[in-house]
Amino acid sequence: MEALSDLLNGFATALTPTNLAWAALGVILGTAVGVLPGIGPAMTVALLLPVTYGLEPTAAFIMFAGIFYGGMFGGSTTSILLNTPGESSSVITAIEGNLMARNGRASQALATAAIGSFVAGLIGTMLLVLLAPAIVDLAVGISAADYFAIMMLAFIAVTAVLGSSRIRGFASLAIGLTLGLIGIDLATGQQRLTFGIPQLADGIDIVVVAVGIFAIGEALWVAAHLRRRPADIIPTGRAFMSREDYRRSWRPWLRGTALGFPFGALPAGGAEIPTFLSYVTEKRLSRHKDEFGRGAIEGVAGPEASNNASAAGTLVPMLTLGLPTNATAAVMLAAFTGYGIQPGPLLFEREGDLVWALIASLFIGNTLLLVLNLPLAPLWARLLRTPRPYLYAGILFFASVGAYAVNASTIDLVILLVIGLLGFAMRRYGLPVVPAIIAVILGPRAEQQLRRALQLSNGEISGLWSSPLAKLIYLIIAVVLLWPLISRFVLRGRHPLAEAAAGAGVPLEAEPPPADDDRVPEERP
Amino acid sequence: MRVRGWVRPLLVALALALAASACGDSGGGSGGGGGGGGQVTGLEILVGTAPGGGFDQTARVAAKAMEDANLARNVQVQNLAGAGGTIALQKLVNSKGNGDLIQQMGLGVVGSVYTNKSEATLEQTTPLARLTEEPEIVVVSKDSPYQSFDQLLTAWKADPGKVSVGGGSSPGGPDHLAPMLMAQTVGIDPKQVNFVSFDGGGELLAAVLGNQVGFGVTGVGETKDQIESGEIRALAVTSAEPVEGLDVKTLKEQGVDLEFTNWRGWVAPPDLQGGDKEALIELATKMHDSQEWKDALTQNGWTDAFITGDEFGTFITSENQRVGDVLSELGLA
Repeated sequence: MEALSDLLNGFATALTPTNLAWAALGVILGTAVGVLPGIGPAMTVALLLPVTYGLEPTAAFIMFAGIFYGGMFGGSTTSILLNTPGESSSVITAIEGNLMARNGRASQALATAAIGSFVAGLIGTMLLVLLAPAIVDLAVGISAADYFAIMMLAFIAVTAVLGSSRIRGFASLAIGLTLGLIGIDLATGQQRLTFGIPQLADGIDIVVVAVGIFAIGEALWVAAHLRRRPADIIPTGRAFMSREDYRRSWRPWLRGTALGFPFGALPAGGAEIPTFLSYVTEKRLSRHKDEFGRGAIEGVAGPEASNNASAAGTLVPMLTLGLPTNATAAVMLAAFTGYGIQPGPLLFEREGDLVWALIASLFIGNTLLLVLNLPLAPLWARLLRTPRPYLYAGILFFASVGAYAVNASTIDLVILLVIGLLGFAMRRYGLPVVPAIIAVILGPRAEQQLRRALQLSNGEISGLWSSPLAKLIYLIIAVVLLWPLISRFVLRGRHPLAEAAAGAGVPLEAEPPPADDDRVPEERP
Repeated sequence: MRVRGWVRPLLVALALALAASACGDSGGGSGGGGGGGGQVTGLEILVGTAPGGGFDQTARVAAKAMEDANLARNVQVQNLAGAGGTIALQKLVNSKGNGDLIQQMGLGVVGSVYTNKSEATLEQTTPLARLTEEPEIVVVSKDSPYQSFDQLLTAWKADPGKVSVGGGSSPGGPDHLAPMLMAQTVGIDPKQVNFVSFDGGGELLAAVLGNQVGFGVTGVGETKDQIESGEIRALAVTSAEPVEGLDVKTLKEQGVDLEFTNWRGWVAPPDLQGGDKEALIELATKMHDSQEWKDALTQNGWTDAFITGDEFGTFITSENQRVGDVLSELGLA
């Protein structure tokens, strides 16, 4: 309970009217810069950081927290409205979010994203307060082999998004994996598939792939059909979330938080994989499975909560160990050093007051984000009332500016266009685009962890399952894969059990196998 | 018109954002064109990595110091990330004769030129000044069997494959070069070194804390707190002199004849005209002498390593030689 009283002291320091004004300014600036395509939270924070330098530390923190949350939310806004994610962790949001927007439910998508982010940020920051020291000990014990096992589980889950045709799904997956191979191999330094183009040496950014396949591909597809179809205007629909929307959102918010926070706290966890696991989970558990692929609110609520919870989780290793585990955290670390805070194992003892003021600031920034952005959601949504040719011209413009803005390089524009054409071709030949995106996210990470694990065990393949955690995960994978056999021979006819498993909180281990995809709903009473 | 309804707020948001970022880049400076009294205006510092990295931090701190010391106005820091800084290097080399552009670079770029097979090289640039350096440090977990550097070295020599080395940089970066040079010096074939690359110092430290690598090699600055709290054990530093505040012997003191630091400095485009080179070196010197820079060094824990012009050029050539040697043994150059 000592943590709580420290936190209250932090609030006492942080909560003044002037500080609230700084927080509001931070949120507005952060959102404004965050909505620019190609500018993710790391860049937003880096660009706006100097604005806070003139302030005393507490005010600077508060404004900083506002910028941070504003930047995160800004990225989701463009994902939903324009199908152009500003950062890799809101790529998954774009899938259902943009479909919702095009069905006239943009306000609801933005609202569920905002509230979900708020809920996740709140819970995540609470967990940070209560669990930070305990989690850290666990987190550093997770080895490359364990990460690889987690990735394998994620790959099994991929089959859930392969779509109706397995062959097309796997083809799309292969396209994504191939795109993920481009760049310098991190283990040996050799170049792969770069064709001597230096700009390809770092690989293709996930955001460029997502914007190219989603936004450019879609725009080209629409353009190709525009003459044959009337240019109908996207309806605006209701302004706020209905009771039904809340009913369908709250569970995904909580599940997304539960997935996101631990991944954020893991040194190599990241924010992308939990968003993707959350999406798959919600797709499995939803009572409205048919709405997935046509704009299901669960598919926005879950991933958005999980990327925000992951951001809170990132603070765990950063504050307690001084380990920045992603770009945003690295920028934040630089910022804290600027305020005279040296994150690390001794931070809480040395600078307790400042740290608690910072954590209180995160709560305040999170709350203000909701207060300021929720009423704005219907306004943002009206953007979509623009007639289709102008709207898609705008999307093309913003996507190009975004791709160019990151590095001020014309080659990035060419890459964007090539991937856009690929996205167009995939639509033309009926390949689902989601597996490709997920493969771009998962492929390189899985490869890196596999090779790391094998290097660490000096080539011994048994090193892959040497730890208890890895063994447990492989066991889960085996159960998932063998579930059709188990259910057929052991549990034949016992529907309630299957139902209980499908409704259980931990999704993947209880997941019915892919092969049973079509059968399961019929079994339900 | 319906279109105009949303164009305006959008433009306002854009303008606001641009204003904020412009203001950010100039470190909150008053902006405006006309500077006087020997002030440099319109200098652009090119950073070859994304915001948040070491080069970026150095460039932004230097820009702020120059402005606070009234040496320059409106210094722009421009990130042009890619291929380990060689994309930015290419731009610099292409900007022949531009006296308003410098690149924030360092040892990492020397390695990247090889691993990225860059056409632009550091020999083509005009060396201005080396600013800072940071020694690398050899660390193990507190649970590691290696109590001393000697023990580690014996085990490493006996079976290089079994003792994995973690580093926070990709091949060609400082954390990769340091153990490779160490191996070369003690008679281990660099090809035998089992180097495991992690995404930055943070992820590496987690692996060291969890005792998952044989040993880790990383920058001194990132480890100080962990060493102080006893979570990790430092076995050697790679600098010529021991690091202040750290009770750790140098490699040389422990019988390994190697000196190695991760340095950072500035280079300018080729073919500078009419005293531009001298003016930029003078700017660097004045900044180095300013109280603002000295304060920044202390605050960030950077070691001063100031040399300028031809001396820096000679230094780059020798670093290039040594990095090229070890990377070509590994088949990377």
